[in-house]
Amino acid sequence: MSTNGNSKAAEYWKANVRLLIGCLVVWFIVAYPLAIWLAGPLNSISLGGYPLGFWFAQQGSIYTFVGLIFFYAWRMNKLDRKFDVHEN
Amino acid sequence: MDLQTITYLVVGATFTLYIGIAIWARATTTGEFYVAGKGIHPVANGMATGADWMSAASFISMAGLIAFNGYDASAYLMGWTGGYVLLAMLLAPYLRKFGKFTVPEFIGDRYYSQTARIVAVICLIVASITYVIGQMKGIGVAFSRFLEVDFSTGLFTGMAIVFFYAVLGGMKGITYTQIAQYCVMIFAYTVPAIFISLKLTDTVLPQFGLGAAMADGSGQPILDRLNQVVTDLGFASYTDHKGSALNMTLLTLSLMIGTAGLPHVIVRFFTVPTVRDARASAGWALVFIAILYTTAPAVGAMARLNLMDTIMQPTAATSGPEQFTPLTYSERPQWFKNWEKTGLLTFEDKNGDGQIQYYNDGNEEFAQKAEQWGWEGNEMVTVDRDIMVLANPEIANLPNWVIALVAAGGLAAALSTAAGLLLAISSAISHDLLKGVFMPRISEKAELTAGRISMGGAILVAGYLGLNPPGFAAQVVALAFGLAAASIFPALMLGIFNKSINRQGAVAGMLVGLGTTLVYIFVYKGWFFIPGTANLADTADNWVFGISPGSFGAVGALFNFVTAIVVSKVTAPPPVHIQELVEDIRVPRVSG
Repeated sequence: MSTNGNSKAAEYWKANVRLLIGCLVVWFIVAYPLAIWLAGPLNSISLGGYPLGFWFAQQGSIYTFVGLIFFYAWRMNKLDRKFDVHEN
Repeated sequence: MDLQTITYLVVGATFTLYIGIAIWARATTTGEFYVAGKGIHPVANGMATGADWMSAASFISMAGLIAFNGYDASAYLMGWTGGYVLLAMLLAPYLRKFGKFTVPEFIGDRYYSQTARIVAVICLIVASITYVIGQMKGIGVAFSRFLEVDFSTGLFTGMAIVFFYAVLGGMKGITYTQIAQYCVMIFAYTVPAIFISLKLTDTVLPQFGLGAAMADGSGQPILDRLNQVVTDLGFASYTDHKGSALNMTLLTLSLMIGTAGLPHVIVRFFTVPTVRDARASAGWALVFIAILYTTAPAVGAMARLNLMDTIMQPTAATSGPEQFTPLTYSERPQWFKNWEKTGLLTFEDKNGDGQIQYYNDGNEEFAQKAEQWGWEGNEMVTVDRDIMVLANPEIANLPNWVIALVAAGGLAAALSTAAGLLLAISSAISHDLLKGVFMPRISEKAELTAGRISMGGAILVAGYLGLNPPGFAAQVVALAFGLAAASIFPALMLGIFNKSINRQGAVAGMLVGLGTTLVYIFVYKGWFFIPGTANLADTADNWVFGISPGSFGAVGALFNFVTAIVVSKVTAPPPVHIQELVEDIRVPRVSG
């Protein structure tokens, strides 16, 4: 591997880590602050017939997790192409 | 046709399907046996992962857990789904790029150490065996309940089916049967849920039904109504948090990390063709899991409401005992009688009035009030929460074929998970121990035979343990997740994300994570789960900072991370070729 290839790989890795930290921050906020720590106060707000904190804990968090994985996969595929490390 | 005949037909048809698939998808190479030749489409793999992951516990027990714990059961919902986010971003793509067959193999290669590989094999086997006992029990129970054969006959039938398709087809056979099993399972779970949601709220999708208004004309949201019904009878509010927030946080986190660290799930991502597929496949797996996991809260809440309303029928009165018309015991419905026979539902007429008073007599304030009303204690002495999903279609008066379908669904859930676990165990033995450690020069053909023999052996051991379940079977589930979270996950993640973690650091980290988690569980549950050897009673007052043994995995994982990093700092860095290996797995393809 050339030095040039090396630094390019390092840059690709850095971009990947930045992206996944962003995704994990969202993962964390939904699962912990919204669904657990603030569930009490959020329950006084309703979403349809759902108390909001309860909805995050039993519905919203799961939808968010699904969305996050697809978002990550989509952005990584773009990143793979940009750095020319994509598989055929 | 009566229920029994229909059940035999439905279950028989699904079993024929599984066997047909097995014959079609025979494995002829070790690659096909361990990782299905790495040729599974990502969506298909996602579906197989869903079946692999969702066990008898998800199918049968989870909705019951939600029904009786309400909001507090959310830790399981989030824990068992949120782990896939960690898996998709922190492990799956890189392990797929590594491109070998097993999880211990990665740990052995990355940490250039047979010791590390063997420690990983031990964690894998303990975690997987623990899990498989529960599945075997689930198979026996489903058979004996619905087909009215005895437990052991049911278990042997289940073992024979798994033996046939897992030994013959390996991962390839297992994958295609799991796809079929997923379809059976999800159909069986959602159909009754849709029926019940329509009945209670006029809404087709249970996910929306749970947020909708009651169809009885009151316009009251169903969750509001449920809260009112349960609190009127002295139970805790359904949608509010009851326990400690710290413990719930750590339990959720432990289940997430544990999910991402369970080898039978990880290895599913070795079966797809590319790194890109591994990422997408994790998303698809979660979609298929989410269909069941977002339905479960509706099943739980609606079952609880149906149960309460059947037994303590509400009236127009707003205070006093006149608020309820308790069910008269001699007029109890058929499903009540059916479940009484199993002992999972029992009634005791404490005040001798021939009616069933169902309330929370553990709530002192309410119990006093009830006493003035002439109630002398809760008369629904046992309501086993595991009956919720199984009894739900009967409670809601659904047609017989739906009930038969639920039996087939429960069996599909147990069989698919058992097969995945058995494969993880047998490949750890034939590939990691036999080929990796003891007989490196074994031929591919001999290894394939060894894989089949160890699969057969694993099925026999699992069957034996299913027939003679050790008393601690239920408690060791915490152990399975604790092990996966505190030992396997940190070793894998650090192996990918931190180039400077060396052999000493990884082994020390795994041992510290494992050791602290084991000790914490043993102190409360008994040493090696031997009854009477616990040092402290397993109650919230005794737990350190209120952390339950099942929630300790996240703390054990933290100890593992810290130990591995500190030890690696003070010992020699890993050799250059290992650092290159890490660089290599981080990119899908070398550019240029």
